Amino acid sequence: MSMKTFDPVTQSLINRAEEMGIETGINRLESQLPQCGFGQLGSCCRMCYMGPCRIDPFGEGASKGVCGATADVIVCRNLLREEVGGAASHVGHARHVVLAFQKMVEGKAPGYKITDRNKLMEIASGLGIKTEGKSDMGIGKEVVDKALEDISNQNGEPMNWLKLRAPSREFEMWKEQGILVSNAHNEIEEAMHRTSMGNDADPVNLLLACLKMGLVDGYAGLNMATDFHDILFGTPQITTVEANIGVLDKDKVNIAIHGHNPVLSEKILEWAFKMKEEAKKRGALDINVVGVCCTGNELTMRHGVPLAAHNLQSELVLITGAVDAMVVDMQCIWPSLAMIAECFHTKLITTEPFVKIPGAIHVPFDVEHADEEAKNIVMMAIDSFEERKGEEVHIPKEKSVGFAGLSVEAIVGVLKKINSSDPLKPLIDNIADGNIYGVVGFAGCPSIKLRDTFMTEKMTKELLKNNVLVVTTGCTAQICIQAGLMDSSATDKYCGEGLKTVLHALGKAAGPDVPLPPVWHMGSCVDNARIGTLLGALADRMGVKISQLPVAGSAPELVQEKAVSIGTWFLALGLFVHIAPSPRILGSPVATNVLTKDLEGITGGKVYVELDPVKAAAGIISHIKHKRTELGI
Amino acid sequence: MKEIFINIERCTACKSCEIACAVEHSLSKELFSAIFETPLPAKRVHVEKAFSFSYPVKCMHCADAACIAGCPTGAMYRNHEFGSVNVNTDKCMGCWMCAMVCPFGAIIPDYGIKVAQKCDFCPDRLRKGDEPACVEACPTNAVTFGEVKELFKSKRLLSAERAAKAVLVREDKEITPLEMLRNIGNI
Repeated sequence: MSMKTFDPVTQSLINRAEEMGIETGINRLESQLPQCGFGQLGSCCRMCYMGPCRIDPFGEGASKGVCGATADVIVCRNLLREEVGGAASHVGHARHVVLAFQKMVEGKAPGYKITDRNKLMEIASGLGIKTEGKSDMGIGKEVVDKALEDISNQNGEPMNWLKLRAPSREFEMWKEQGILVSNAHNEIEEAMHRTSMGNDADPVNLLLACLKMGLVDGYAGLNMATDFHDILFGTPQITTVEANIGVLDKDKVNIAIHGHNPVLSEKILEWAFKMKEEAKKRGALDINVVGVCCTGNELTMRHGVPLAAHNLQSELVLITGAVDAMVVDMQCIWPSLAMIAECFHTKLITTEPFVKIPGAIHVPFDVEHADEEAKNIVMMAIDSFEERKGEEVHIPKEKSVGFAGLSVEAIVGVLKKINSSDPLKPLIDNIADGNIYGVVGFAGCPSIKLRDTFMTEKMTKELLKNNVLVVTTGCTAQICIQAGLMDSSATDKYCGEGLKTVLHALGKAAGPDVPLPPVWHMGSCVDNARIGTLLGALADRMGVKISQLPVAGSAPELVQEKAVSIGTWFLALGLFVHIAPSPRILGSPVATNVLTKDLEGITGGKVYVELDPVKAAAGIISHIKHKRTELGI
Repeated sequence: MKEIFINIERCTACKSCEIACAVEHSLSKELFSAIFETPLPAKRVHVEKAFSFSYPVKCMHCADAACIAGCPTGAMYRNHEFGSVNVNTDKCMGCWMCAMVCPFGAIIPDYGIKVAQKCDFCPDRLRKGDEPACVEACPTNAVTFGEVKELFKSKRLLSAERAAKAVLVREDKEITPLEMLRNIGNI
């Protein structure tokens, strides 16, 4: 039996798994405990075969590795490699989308089109592309060339997407610090090179390389991916959605899409709609596409597709026995899913050549044949439904509702209804007079280590009580929507008076006369780009640096390397970044001091580690208070 | 009485026991705080190399302990609650006689506070019903904690099993009446 207790939906499915003798991550974590201290402190080095070497944190044993690397060198090299893992994921994701778009503009991917032409034009002009007299496809081709330059350029010039999306003051600061990046692939290669045996042994130089990797992630990863998603599939607008595993329906063909890349999930959604009649013929009421993890967030933001499960529930959604097919692309897909799917009439379908899982069915998905393959996958789900029909399933009843689709464009759209010529003014006025005491961006995952403490929910409620507006992305957004924090009713229930007034006014302006929720769903994990854009716009409008704003970032339940590189981009932007559990830096006095203290003198950002939700919120609020005092508001 | 047993064949030299021991003997008992304490907490188990094996060396809590016999101030004593050999730090004068007579090198002189440091069997943990920290931390069960009788019993069972296997794989063996009986038993 599990020692931990989770929210009722999660708990009921864990109980069912235990009754059925199916192992989940909860059990596997218990069998891993206690976890290795050297690993947790980051002071184990496996870079060469003279090792593995470990540095004794209690000063009694070895203080250096065989090559002479100190704990500082070992920790900073390990951290940079974590950053590479994160940045490579986001740059790889962005490249996939750019190449899909390229096929489309070349006429080789008939299943795709330009959906948001305005965004294409905005980006083209931002990149300095002349649009007059050119066709959309012609402009698209030039935009693709600019994007691909960011992974091929050898001339040392800053990346196009960095110039396009970076806030001006921060761009200048990075230039001064010598951390502007020119080519994402070169940076990733150089980071792997410099961390291999016998290269960079200067911990501070390695930490600067971490900041560069943050910029690679932020611009050649997050921003580029979000921009191309929006052009291809549309820029999200405010919508309401249902969330939690209760969105499954035993009488429908349930297709859970899991992973990150909407290039796949958009087509599955389209074909699920087109094949409704086939499903009905086979005895189903309908086809129910539900989202898991971040590709779920992508579909939710643009189409209001119900959000079935966050990453930690990706196993549990299968334990219902009601999922006919789980279709996955890339990132955060646990190998255990195949073993669980096997216990039910659930087909696990992998689609990426570099993401295969023994026990899953592999349907290679390529954009040139997207329609055939998506149709084929939906048909496989319908076949599964026929096999499952009549079998016992266990779908918890609980589901919640909330708002999603708060892209920067959607937020500005609402604000324009209050002040059409200067839309950010109402927001800034309310920040200045303290109705909005500050803004905190939450990103990241649900951590199996902190989920039973309700870390994210408790921190959020503390912040809201103190009039701090919360914007969020990724699986953290799913935790918030499941907890009802993205529903209008949360505004009166959890917010301080000032924030309540603002959200009521915004709700009135937005149209449906209900307050806007106090936690804003800004998208998937690559959509942290949207948070960066919003912060940049606010800072620009106020004429200050981002580090001067009464804002903070938080990865309240750190899991993935991607969160480390996103967090580092936030640090480069000058944000105070709360992280729990601790990143693997405490084995190094230099890394600990630089990241939690000295960095503030360089970018304005710093790391703050706190595992207690109430104390963490208090720490963030005291930072916001400090920034407000400095601004004289 | 419970004892800590070490299976040298299972030790991978990960040193998890060393870290867990130091953390258990820190003020905070939390890794992330313990590494910032002054003085740093000391481990009482040391993973040492022996040919191609590694072995966590610690106090064996000897039934007739040389360190107790040799201690001139009576600082080294038997804790009858857990059967362990412990140090009364108020009485210890730092002469290191105990460390000198210990056949295992398991007693560590602490020059900072001038007392002998050694494995104390994690009394705080045992009182809560937990296992000693090194036992809990060992990922391969090289370090185990159990009733002496059961630990020896399991060793005897293992030897019996080895002998049985040796007989079973003998190619020229004749079927004995006893084996026929066993085969029937299996059905």
